[in-house]
Amino acid sequence: MKRPSWLLTLGVALLYVFLYAPIVVVIVFSFNAARYGGPWTGFTTAWYGRLLDSPEKLLAARNTLVLAVVSTLFSTVLGTLLGFGLSRYRFPGQKLFSWLMYIPVVIPDIVMAVAMLMFYGLVRQTLGLFELGLATMIVSHVTFQIPFVAIVVRSRLVGMDPAIEEAAHDLGANAWQTFRLVTLPMILPAVVAGGMLAFTLSLDDFVVSFFTTGPGANTLPILIYASVKRGITPDINALSSLIILASVLGTIAMMLAERRQEPRGTS
Amino acid sequence: MAQPGEPGSLSSPDARAAVEVSGLSRRFGSFQALDNVSLTIREGEFFSLLGPSGCGKTTLLRIIGGLDLADSGSVAIGGEAMERIPAHRRPVNTVFQSYALFPHMTVAENVAFGLRMKKIAAADIAERVARALEMVQIGSFASRKPAQLSGGQKQRVALARALINEPRVLLLDEPLGALDLKLRKELQVELHTLQRRLGITFIFVTHDQEEALVMSDRIALMRAGQIEQIGDAEEIYERPRNRFVSQFLGSCNLIEARGWSPGGAGESLAETPLGTLRVEGGGAPTAGRESFTLAIRPEKLRLLPAGETGENRVPARVSQVIYIGSESHFQLEAGGRPLLAYAMNETRGAHELEPGASLTVHLPAASLLALED
Repeated sequence: MKRPSWLLTLGVALLYVFLYAPIVVVIVFSFNAARYGGPWTGFTTAWYGRLLDSPEKLLAARNTLVLAVVSTLFSTVLGTLLGFGLSRYRFPGQKLFSWLMYIPVVIPDIVMAVAMLMFYGLVRQTLGLFELGLATMIVSHVTFQIPFVAIVVRSRLVGMDPAIEEAAHDLGANAWQTFRLVTLPMILPAVVAGGMLAFTLSLDDFVVSFFTTGPGANTLPILIYASVKRGITPDINALSSLIILASVLGTIAMMLAERRQEPRGTS
Repeated sequence: MAQPGEPGSLSSPDARAAVEVSGLSRRFGSFQALDNVSLTIREGEFFSLLGPSGCGKTTLLRIIGGLDLADSGSVAIGGEAMERIPAHRRPVNTVFQSYALFPHMTVAENVAFGLRMKKIAAADIAERVARALEMVQIGSFASRKPAQLSGGQKQRVALARALINEPRVLLLDEPLGALDLKLRKELQVELHTLQRRLGITFIFVTHDQEEALVMSDRIALMRAGQIEQIGDAEEIYERPRNRFVSQFLGSCNLIEARGWSPGGAGESLAETPLGTLRVEGGGAPTAGRESFTLAIRPEKLRLLPAGETGENRVPARVSQVIYIGSESHFQLEAGGRPLLAYAMNETRGAHELEPGASLTVHLPAASLLALED
């Protein structure tokens, strides 16, 4: 293998600085003793401590996690079924369906958020359902997560030899047994990846949450947005650092899960 | 098994028939994959579906196995109609060309799958799996994953996985297609021996004529969704019905003939570009046909010294000689048309014929066959 030229090395270095310098700054300044940002005045972990003393922030963290976990569970199941249906069955309007699936991916969040808000308003007026709050946020998140899961799962299914499922049928497995014993284990890495993607999308969603939230159902992104309007405080840095840590741990977990899925080499 | 092949018998269900297919048609868009195919496969028979790709042989196999549905026609297995029976409840199992092993299961788990679906007790399963793996000589690979096996080993697993269910009929879809030549030859012999020992009916799809000739009791040669001819290897090779069959299996000289004039009892005379030929080989009825084809295999031609005359003897010139060890192949030219002749090299320098040399070709009357087209 050739050694990369110094130009390429420099380019890559710049890229990494550009990507990660802001994140490093946030983390470093979360340990800065200065009250209103600005120059470094000393090391402290007080800001992390203060987070724990703030019921408002703890509630937002709890809401964020509940929202992400519940919406991911729903969207992973529904998205997997959608991906399976679109790749394994032939039915009228299938092309249209596949195409419709991309709309939530493509349209701007803000349009979707406004549409949801109006829709919930309409339903509330006529049926008295969908009071804005955690429940409406979960439904909204599931809506935009499903296509991502479905797209990831479907691409995996499309690459699978159809004879493998036929073999299961041939050996006496009915449709459900074939799915449970053969198809699902084979697409599991894609299902997990789709789920992780959905989880991340929910975790850092601001626009849709902001529009569909109700009283007392703040999430961390909404809370951070509201505090930043009053100026960046060190405890926001600490909060952001914790979210970064959670994301990194999540990514590592996903990589480990994927490595375990790969077949081991000849023993 | 040397009974004359009945071309797609339409008789009532036969107790001895393992599979009975009648009037089967299947269309994919504008492509007619199967066109009114009828055929009977006998119990315990090694039956091959042979033909070029796209001839419908795999579609026919898949319909028998229940993996595809026919547009019209019917399939009966062991005398029982299969129309309403889905793949997972048919008394057949399939060996796929791509092996189709379950990649997330070990070899033993793959082989056990069918028995697990039948809710057999775990202890019985373990014992039968061990025996099935022994039968195909891969007992020591039981705990490996398919990704750790070679092509030949995978094929053995696929075979064990299907046979452990003791199917009434085993369907094999080009199972040796992805293997190299040497391994293919080994497995051909093994498959044949295994089939004889188990007595299970095998339906074997292949595009390789030699494979079909080596292994089969009977062969159905297919083209464009139809069966061209059914018979045992010798029958199909020695008595092809038409030009397609004669050309698909081995090589064959085709001579256009006109002005058929009936000769004496059981023999006929034909006008050809090579002169008048006497035909004893029989074949298609010829009375009243203006234009048809005579066929003769290259190894049936006799090469004689130049100048010899007599019945069915034609002057020719050598245009090319190919020495392939056990025999030599001669590209000849006679009456302005090419002829191919094979001759065994019985002694060293048996055929000292150089390109350009003159000779006489003898086309024995008993080896000339009139085709249907």
